[in-house]
Amino acid sequence: METVMRQTWAFVFRGYHLTRRYISWVIVFDFYALVTSATVALIGVAAHDYRLTLTLVVGALLWNFLSSLYNEIAMSIAYERWEGTLEYTFMAPVSRLVHLCGISLSSLLNTVVHTSIVLVGLLLLADISLSGANLTGVLVVLAVSTVAFVGLGLMAAALPVMSPERGAEATHIFQGSLLLVSGVYYPVSVLPRWLQPFSAISPATYTLSACRKLIGIENSASTPGHLVGAPLSSVMYELAVLALMGLVLMPLGLWVFGRIEIWAKQRGKLKRTG
Amino acid sequence: MDHPAIQVRGLRKVFRKRNGLFRSSLFVALDDVSFVVQRGETYGLLGPNGSGKSSLIRILATLLLADGGEVRLMGHSLPEAQEEVRRIIGRVSVDAAFYKKLSARENLLYTALLYGQKTADAEQRALKILGRLGLEDAKFSTPLEEMSRGMQQKISITRALVVNPPLLLLDEPTTGLDPKSRRDVQLFLEELRASEGTTILLTTHDMAEAERLCSRIGFLVKGKLVAEGTASELKRMASADTLDDAFIKLTGEDLTKDEEIDQLLVPA
Repeated sequence: METVMRQTWAFVFRGYHLTRRYISWVIVFDFYALVTSATVALIGVAAHDYRLTLTLVVGALLWNFLSSLYNEIAMSIAYERWEGTLEYTFMAPVSRLVHLCGISLSSLLNTVVHTSIVLVGLLLLADISLSGANLTGVLVVLAVSTVAFVGLGLMAAALPVMSPERGAEATHIFQGSLLLVSGVYYPVSVLPRWLQPFSAISPATYTLSACRKLIGIENSASTPGHLVGAPLSSVMYELAVLALMGLVLMPLGLWVFGRIEIWAKQRGKLKRTG
Repeated sequence: MDHPAIQVRGLRKVFRKRNGLFRSSLFVALDDVSFVVQRGETYGLLGPNGSGKSSLIRILATLLLADGGEVRLMGHSLPEAQEEVRRIIGRVSVDAAFYKKLSARENLLYTALLYGQKTADAEQRALKILGRLGLEDAKFSTPLEEMSRGMQQKISITRALVVNPPLLLLDEPTTGLDPKSRRDVQLFLEELRASEGTTILLTTHDMAEAERLCSRIGFLVKGKLVAEGTASELKRMASADTLDDAFIKLTGEDLTKDEEIDQLLVPA
């Protein structure tokens, strides 16, 4: 057990020191994420519509959290291939489950810090109040959807094992598609009819829908000064779908990664690229 | 019963190379390769670039799956017992791959944690190895990107040894190093074998290095092991005065071109 804890910690240790060494880039990316989120949220402020502002703020925050988590996990293998260290990680006596859990934990910690920075910035710039919102419920929904997004990230992480460049490209295309169909900044109903079914298979759709109810955006009793957030029991459908997606996507992600690892070892694809 | 450190029998690896969208050709990287390395022995594999040395090391390091044949390391069969094998091997490749922004300390402690070791113990051991390799403590906190290639390769060797493996797979560890670094590494490997009894599989195209370090040498050409024995046996087999001549006579290949390329890689 102690060995497994140390092995999991190895990825957090690596993530912490890489963040420290690339701190100027981390600040640049956080600044950019904050500015793009604030730009979107200020559209609601300009319209003097607090419901629109909150819809956009929640969309921006959740998208920052979910996309950052997905991206950190998905790109971790691509970074290892570019650095040439992937062979050494794969050569270590660490099970793939521990390896991928370690990557996910490190990514989650980074994502929490990143999203917190964006949250503080948005609260300062958009002048909104979250008083009365069911924030505990939001955290529960985020925790459940994290599992599904980790599963998606693991599947995407396997792509750079096949080809770092093409894999990274595919990862970003998939991330962009999620942004388009999940109703991050607009209702899914405004999408062309042929695109709407895709929103049903994106975990982000359910995360956003549940969080908007819990914050009280759609509640007619909510006012700009005091929101009336829904209880957790009112988002049981979304929670159940997210839990089911997590139960399917997490093991599926591990399985896909394992198959692609074998494929890469048959074809000698673990070597440094880039 | 003590199994040999490495047993390779009838090993075969074929790569499919894509030539355009619909056409592909086969490239035989290893063709019916068999050899045995006893525990505590240093065995050298000599061959030109593209002879299959790195593919062989990658198979032993669990990074590549063979298409045929048998591989056993300390009695553990690959690929079935890859978890056990990973616990007993350390590998140094020609390309010192690290997180270049991280310091030597951070890279080495990350490796130690991956192997489930305590960082305090690993740090002590790393400093001891670096000292033996002639690298001062001050370099321990320097980012890898600020180090010369020779220093990076010494860190790479330390990474392989910090987890104390009984079997070392060295894939051209001195290629591209300046003469002093090359000498430091060779001296260290000699000491390591004498003091710890570590088994070493060394691939190189440096004849002098092979003759100095290896108790037995195999000539690998176009994926085939064409001859093996001690340096004296190989010279006698080819009626040659030097290992270079023996290699040319037994394989029809000349390694001096590869050595010249190596010299060009030596930093100024």
